[in-house]
Amino acid sequence: MKYIDEFSNQRVCLNLAKKIEETANGKDMTFMEVCGTHTVEIFKSGIKSILPKNVRLLSGPGCPVCVTPNSQIDKMIAYARRDDVIITTFGDMMKVPGSIASLSKEKALGRDIRVVYSVNEAVKLAENNPSKKIIFFGIGFETTAPTVAASLKDAKERKLKNYFVLSAHKLIPPAIKVILESGEVRVDGFLLPGHVSVIIGRRAYDFIAQEHRIPCAVAGFEPLDILRATLCLVKQIDNGTPAVENCYKRSVKEEGNRVAKELMNEVFEIYDSEWRGLGVIPNSGLKIREEYSSFDVEKNIEVEITLNSQLTTHNSQCICGEILRGIKTPVACKLFGRECTPENPIGPCMVSSEGTCAAYYKYGS
Amino acid sequence: MCLGIPVKIVEKKGKTGIAEIGGVKREIDLRLVEDAEIGDYVILHAGFAIQKLDEKEAQETLDLIREIL
Ligand code: SF4
Repeated sequence: MKYIDEFSNQRVCLNLAKKIEETANGKDMTFMEVCGTHTVEIFKSGIKSILPKNVRLLSGPGCPVCVTPNSQIDKMIAYARRDDVIITTFGDMMKVPGSIASLSKEKALGRDIRVVYSVNEAVKLAENNPSKKIIFFGIGFETTAPTVAASLKDAKERKLKNYFVLSAHKLIPPAIKVILESGEVRVDGFLLPGHVSVIIGRRAYDFIAQEHRIPCAVAGFEPLDILRATLCLVKQIDNGTPAVENCYKRSVKEEGNRVAKELMNEVFEIYDSEWRGLGVIPNSGLKIREEYSSFDVEKNIEVEITLNSQLTTHNSQCICGEILRGIKTPVACKLFGRECTPENPIGPCMVSSEGTCAAYYKYGS
Repeated sequence: MCLGIPVKIVEKKGKTGIAEIGGVKREIDLRLVEDAEIGDYVILHAGFAIQKLDEKEAQETLDLIREIL
């Protein structure tokens, strides 16, 4: 078992699509995939083209880079402009424009900003550069937050004085709740994010089926996984029995990953946090706990954020916010494919490789 | 960004493992998966193994799909 090829068999995929068509029986259904990695896979593997027209997949707020609000990007840029710091971040974040610039533009101007593959590299950098302050831009959902928590634990154990984190981590269940409660978009079922679920477990979503009576399926990332989860949703609708089905059992447990959850809980606490496009969502973000506050960049290094409205990069025609809420698709944007392309992106949904606009552009709609 | 890929642990020393990814050996942090041993497949995300893959469940899923079709 290599866990990839076995789950990508084309013939089985086509058969699953046929089964979905039979079971849906012409009924209109819209399912939201709440994960940018799913969005990309759905486009890349051509799943949209083999599903019947009445079964629609809609992207939600599942791209962490896209939902990071300008205020946090602006702050990071302000930190980057100090001479005594080295900024570290995941590659996806580099090109996302804040109000006045992006990290990659700042880097071009000579600021010390480095892309890391793992947060452990940032900790190493701090150990090797005692005269510099190393700031890690912590973005990501529950999948990534435990790794950043681990880095803070390391920093504490090693008594590092020059490692700091800006925690912009966000939590998925509260965002789903907001989408459900806003009633702006009709969602008949959710394809739940597999790797967020690895950490938080299947149970974390029970409220969606129990309180909102909406079908859910935790899905893996190979084509077969996504199609099977879609079939589960169609069946739940057919039977009228909404539940949270685990269609990614090889990775997702009922309670998730206990070690990761404990670590996350030890280092972070939950607070109301701002999302691009969705506003402030109650209990949807992670901030650094008091016990770890000596590593919280916002509590230790002061910066002034200078906003110059003349230089604002925000284009009022960009509808990223609505796309993140699932009310519109990129084709509804006047700039899509014309002024806004992956080479010359205007909004974060086109910047990030996992953004819905980028997926639409790259793989066609 | 929540991308995770299945990789096989080929070496292990304490809480650090080595996995082979596309022919290249890479260090992975194993502290989130206490029970992972050499030979196990884990999901690798941002340098950390976040879960051990369950072969029995994987096989059951494949069997289940075969049954539905
Ligand atoms: S196509 Fe560009 S401008 Fe339009 S919504 Fe997407 S990112 Fe914004």
